[in-house]
Amino acid sequence: MPRQGNLNMNKYKYLVSRRITQIAVLSLFFAGNAFGWSILRGNLSSARIFDTVPLSDPFAVLQSFSAGASIAVDALTGALIIFLFYALIGGRVFCSWICPVNMVTDLAGWTRKALRLDLTLKYWDITRDVRYWGIALSIALSVMMGVAAFEWISPIGALHRGVIYGFGFAWMFVLFVFLFDLLAVRNGFCGHVCPLGGFYSLAGRFGILRIGYDKNKCTSCMKCFEICPENQVLAIVGSKSGPIRSGECINCGRCIEVCDENALKFSNIYSQNIILPNKEG
Amino acid sequence: MPERREFLLKAVRGLGLAATGGIVWGGIIMEGRSAPFVLRPPGALPERQFLAACLKCGMCVEACPYNALELARPEDEKPIGTPYFVPRTNPCYLCKDIPCVPACPTGALDKTLVSEEVENGEPRLNINLAKMGLAVLDRETCIAYSGIQCDACYRACPLIDKAITVEYTRNERTGKHAILAPVVHSIACTGCGLCEKACVTHKASIFVLPREIAMGKSSERYIKGWDARDEERLRDVPEEITTRTPRSSKSPVDYLNEDDL
Repeated sequence: MPRQGNLNMNKYKYLVSRRITQIAVLSLFFAGNAFGWSILRGNLSSARIFDTVPLSDPFAVLQSFSAGASIAVDALTGALIIFLFYALIGGRVFCSWICPVNMVTDLAGWTRKALRLDLTLKYWDITRDVRYWGIALSIALSVMMGVAAFEWISPIGALHRGVIYGFGFAWMFVLFVFLFDLLAVRNGFCGHVCPLGGFYSLAGRFGILRIGYDKNKCTSCMKCFEICPENQVLAIVGSKSGPIRSGECINCGRCIEVCDENALKFSNIYSQNIILPNKEG
Repeated sequence: MPERREFLLKAVRGLGLAATGGIVWGGIIMEGRSAPFVLRPPGALPERQFLAACLKCGMCVEACPYNALELARPEDEKPIGTPYFVPRTNPCYLCKDIPCVPACPTGALDKTLVSEEVENGEPRLNINLAKMGLAVLDRETCIAYSGIQCDACYRACPLIDKAITVEYTRNERTGKHAILAPVVHSIACTGCGLCEKACVTHKASIFVLPREIAMGKSSERYIKGWDARDEERLRDVPEEITTRTPRSSKSPVDYLNEDDL
């Protein structure tokens, strides 16, 4: 039995790894601009690895195309690379492992919990389908306005551009997301509103990497539901073993970490019967 | 049929909320797009096409060795995240290899707009073809026009004697001095803004504006008969052009006799 207050790093290994990748990616972009490092140049909208391999946000390119731009080969190749990468891996890995807004909304979620807002105040909720409406609106407005519509107001862009090229008043976008998640809807931005999250939910629907669930080990303690920012994806928990199939799962691995029974694990979409090894020790 | 009713109501509410969001969102875009003017990096597509194509990645900003380019922040009152430069503080130094243009992954900065064909058919970058804007001169504040000897902009111009020339006239005020007045030529001016940076007046008397704002446009049918090159344009014109207006459908005799004249 672990003593109280003894930090078990196994309980945070994915969380820490995610923070490391998120900060590392942003730092490499920052160094690309500030010190001329060539590992990663550009930002999360469009970039190059070692000044050769192009990478582009496929949703941004889609909007740009809808706006009537003839997309150059570099951006198109980059968008294809990124799209195939996330479509293959699946499950919104971008959202939980790369996107810097995830750190903001996680902080808001943590603060919300620390202040016990959901216990004392009436719970506000909106449908999680707002993000899909957001995709439709992004495309429609891109066509009508002739600009990439979501990129125009995206807090994601404001945050990474701010870190890499200087914030100015762009921190207001970040504050907006933080306050929205803290005071309005729980997991509001990433879990309900963000069209890019919606885009990757659709793109990663058939991807390989999944959280696997083993019903035989589960004691229905509901800790995974508590921690999960997209807990609608955990519908099979308590009823049947298998991979979490919803594309809305962000593959953050928090459920694995909080599970005391070792009933959840990173797995793949093909494994029908998840049998997880017993916890060592 | 309560289910159908509920479904219809939900759909209508969803569409209504989406429309509301769309109106606000579209308004924000329109507001931002109507920024008074922005000077773009060399090779930029015309503003509307540029806005559609630019992904705001900032690779042109990184490529600029003079740190002249910046990505617009919200308080800059320019389309957010797009690259621009302010000549008075940081003009474009017209690098020969134009590093910012090949860096662009989307073609918002278009190589072909700053390339010329050379003999072997390979296009070659030529920064002097850039049309970032046009230098405009305020004669009333320019000290050279008052007869004071100043040629700061002329000397600063990378296309000296092409984009800016000095016109020599007599100073009628003193009766014995010359006025050496700088004059900008739109055919050569790249809009780099080195003249604006160099200008000695408190607020620059020569400054770069986007070409579509700074320039007029004469009618395409107007041919300068005294200009042999302009006369060339007549060659491709068909023998006779008929202009049709509501009035021209009638014969002159008819419409002249109508009483509404």
